[in-house]
Amino acid sequence: MSTEILMPALSPTMTEGNLSKWLIKKGDTVKAGDLIAEIETDKATMEVEAVDEGVVLDLLFKEGETNIPVNKAIAIIGDPNEKIEVKKQAPVEKVIEEKKVEQNIETKIENKKDDIIDTPSPKIEEDTNLSSAEITMRQALRDTMAEEMRKDNTVFILGEEVAEYQGAYKVTQDLLQEFGKERVLDTPISEHGFTGLAVGAAFKGLRPILEFMTFNFSMQAIDQIINSAAKTLYMSGGQINCPIVFRGPNGAAAQVAAQHSQDFSSWYSQVPGLKVIAPSTPYNAKGLLRSAILDPNPVIFLENEILYGLKGPVNNDVNFSIPIGKANIEKEGKDLTIVTYSIMLQKSKEAALRLKEEYKLDAEIIDLQTLRPLDTETILNSVIKTNRLITVEESWPFGSVGSEIANIVQRDAFDYLDSPVIKVNSADVPMPYSISLEKLYLPQVDDIINAAKKVSYIK
Amino acid sequence: MKKLQKADYIKMYSYMLKIRRFEERAAQLYGMGKIGGFCHLYIGQEAVVVGILMTIDKNDSVVTTYRDHGHMIARGLDPKRIMAELTGREDGYSAGKGGSMHMFSKENNFYGGHGIVGAQVPIGTGIAFTHKYNGEKNICRTYIGDGAMNNGQVFEAFNIAALWKLPVLYIIENNKYGMGTSVDRAAAGLDLYKRGEAFGIPGEKVDGMNIFSIIEAADKAGKYVREGNGPYIIEVQTYRYRGHSMSDPAKYRTKEELDNYKQTDPIEIVKAEILKKKIATNDEIEKINKDTLEEIKNAAEFAINSPFPKDSELYTDVYL
Repeated sequence: MSTEILMPALSPTMTEGNLSKWLIKKGDTVKAGDLIAEIETDKATMEVEAVDEGVVLDLLFKEGETNIPVNKAIAIIGDPNEKIEVKKQAPVEKVIEEKKVEQNIETKIENKKDDIIDTPSPKIEEDTNLSSAEITMRQALRDTMAEEMRKDNTVFILGEEVAEYQGAYKVTQDLLQEFGKERVLDTPISEHGFTGLAVGAAFKGLRPILEFMTFNFSMQAIDQIINSAAKTLYMSGGQINCPIVFRGPNGAAAQVAAQHSQDFSSWYSQVPGLKVIAPSTPYNAKGLLRSAILDPNPVIFLENEILYGLKGPVNNDVNFSIPIGKANIEKEGKDLTIVTYSIMLQKSKEAALRLKEEYKLDAEIIDLQTLRPLDTETILNSVIKTNRLITVEESWPFGSVGSEIANIVQRDAFDYLDSPVIKVNSADVPMPYSISLEKLYLPQVDDIINAAKKVSYIK
Repeated sequence: MKKLQKADYIKMYSYMLKIRRFEERAAQLYGMGKIGGFCHLYIGQEAVVVGILMTIDKNDSVVTTYRDHGHMIARGLDPKRIMAELTGREDGYSAGKGGSMHMFSKENNFYGGHGIVGAQVPIGTGIAFTHKYNGEKNICRTYIGDGAMNNGQVFEAFNIAALWKLPVLYIIENNKYGMGTSVDRAAAGLDLYKRGEAFGIPGEKVDGMNIFSIIEAADKAGKYVREGNGPYIIEVQTYRYRGHSMSDPAKYRTKEELDNYKQTDPIEIVKAEILKKKIATNDEIEKINKDTLEEIKNAAEFAINSPFPKDSELYTDVYL
C-alpha cells in the first residue's frame, strides 16, 4: 500500500509552502521519524519528518518549487513491488467553523434560566424561625462556616490570619479552637500560591473556604481563580469541578485609599464558571453562605467590611439556606425600581424613605443577593410594573453590574420603560484618601434621590 | 533502587516508542490541518515521564504542563481519545473542549494539562495537601518546565509545601529552552534543583536522556516524599527535539546541538540495553515497532473520524 506525503501546514496561518530541499531520494527507505524535507513556510524554514514507513516511490515536486498548497501530495512512499497509484487530491478541509458572533438571544436567555433554581428567596418578614436575638453579620458568617464544618469534614478554611489571630476582621473567631489546625490554616502572605493550592485541593475533592483578607489581594491570585477554578470543569469536559468559596471583604472600607478600596463585583460576574454572591444583611449572609459552601462550583462571596458590624435577626436552623440566583424584593413599590446589592442596600432604603416623604414616590427595592447568575426575571417583572429603573452599586461605572442590567432591560422590556435607565456608581477615578473626597467618590443617598427624580422627570 | 524485571524493560521501551510515534503522528495531523491551535510535542523527553511512571502507585496523582500528550500516554490513557482531543472531537478526553493543552482524566488521577506557565505547581501542591488531609499515603507528582522556574507562584508553593510538609514530588523537566529563550538567558543560577534549598527542600539533578538514572532518582525521591518528609525536587536534564510548539522552527539553537542530543536518544538507550541483556531479540523489537505504528495509525484514524461536539455542548459543563 502506498502513502502520500502531503505538504504540511507548519503554522496556524500557513496556506502554501516552498520546497527548499529534499533530504531523501527515490528508492530510499524511510522510517518514522526520519527527516525527509526542508519546507519554507510563511514564517521560517522547517524540517519535516516521515510518519509512515516504506520506500520512496516518487518525489512529486523538485527542490526549489514554490507555492505548493498545504495538503497537496509531495511524495509517495510504499512497497516498491506495488503499482503506484496517485489518489485524487482530497479537498482541503476547513477546520475552523465560522463562529457565530452573536448567539441567538433566545438560547442565551434559556440557558440563564437553567442556571437558576426555581425556589424563591425566603422573606425575613415571613420567617417563623427567626432568632429573637440580633447578631452581627460577622457572627452570622462565622456560625454558618462552623455549622458546615461540623457536618462535613472536607470543609476547611485557609487564609491569612484566619487561625491564631482569629481573623483580620474576626470572622473566623474561635474556629481554630473548635476545629484544630488541620482544618483552620494560617497561610503565608502568598495569595497566588495558596489560592492555587486551594483550587488543587478542590479539584481533588475537598471543599475549601478561602478567605482573602480583602478582595483587593485577590488580584494577586486572579489567574488561579479565573484560569484554573472557573474554567477547568469546562476544559475537562465535565470531569473536574471545583467546589470552593472565595470570601472576604470587598469594596471600600474607610479611608484606606486606592489599593485597599475596590469593588470587584462586575469583574468576577463577567466570568462564566463562577457564581458571585453579595450579601447585605446577617439574615441573607447566613442563608447565602451556606448555599455557597454546598455548591459544587467556585463561588465568589463578596462581603463588606462596613457591614460586618450590622446587626439583625437570623434563621438559626442549621439547614436554612437562600438559593443562589434569587433576588429579594426588599420593599415593594409602584413608582420606580431601585436595583442594588451589598452595602448600597442600606443607602437605597434611606433614599426610599426620603423619596416617599419628600416626593411621594413609592420605590420598589430589589436586593440582588446573587450577581451571577443574575435574577433577571425579578428585575424585569418589577420594571414592567414600575416602568422606571435605577441601579445603585459601589463599583466603577464602566461595565458595571448596572450596565448589564440596563442592557437586559432595554432588550427585554423596552416598551415598558417610561424613561432611560440611570446608573448610580462610584466616581470613575481611583479611591482618594481624604475623607472629603472619599465621600464624594462613593454613591450617597442624595445621588440615589437625584437619579430617582430624573427617571421620574421631577426637577 | 527498584529492581527492574524483564517486563519492565519492554514496558519502558513500548511506552517511550508509543509517545514518539504519537507525537510524530500529531505533527502530521497538525500539518494536515486536522489539529489546530497550539500543539507542544514531547519528542526527546520520553524517558522523563516513562522513568517516573516506573515508580508510580496508581493512586498517586499527577499534574503537568501543556506539553502533556506523553504524560497521558505514560499514565496508560488511550491514545485514541488523546488524539481525538487534539482533533477537537467528542471522543476526546475533554470532549473536544480542552484541546492539546487542557486534558484531564480524573479516574486516572491525572489532573491536567495546564495552559498557564507555573499554574500547575500550586495546584499540584494542593492535590498533595488533599492526600495528606485525607490521611492517604499517596503523593502528587508535579511537573514543572524550566521556564516556570522563574515564576513567582512556584516559590510560593515551594514555601507552603515545605512549611506544611506536603507529599509532593516536584519534577523539573529542564529541556533547556523556555519557548525560544535558553535557560542561561532566563535563570540567574543554572542549578534549578537548588532553588528549593532556601525552603529546606532537597533536590538533585538527573540525566534525562537515560531512563535508568531517572528511575533511580524517582524511586529514592518518591520514598522520601511518601514517608512524610515533605517535598523533594528532581531536575531532569532533557531536550526537546522539536520547537516549542508546532510553529516554532527552533532557529535559536544549532543543528549540531540537536544532533548531539540525538546521539543519546533515550529510546535507543533502552533498546540497546534490551538487546545487550537479551531480554528480546531484534525481531521481537521490530514487532513492537510495527504494532506501535499500527496502534497510533489507528488512533489517528479514530481521531479524524470521531464526530465534532454537538452544538448544544457549547453551553454544557460551565456549571455542575
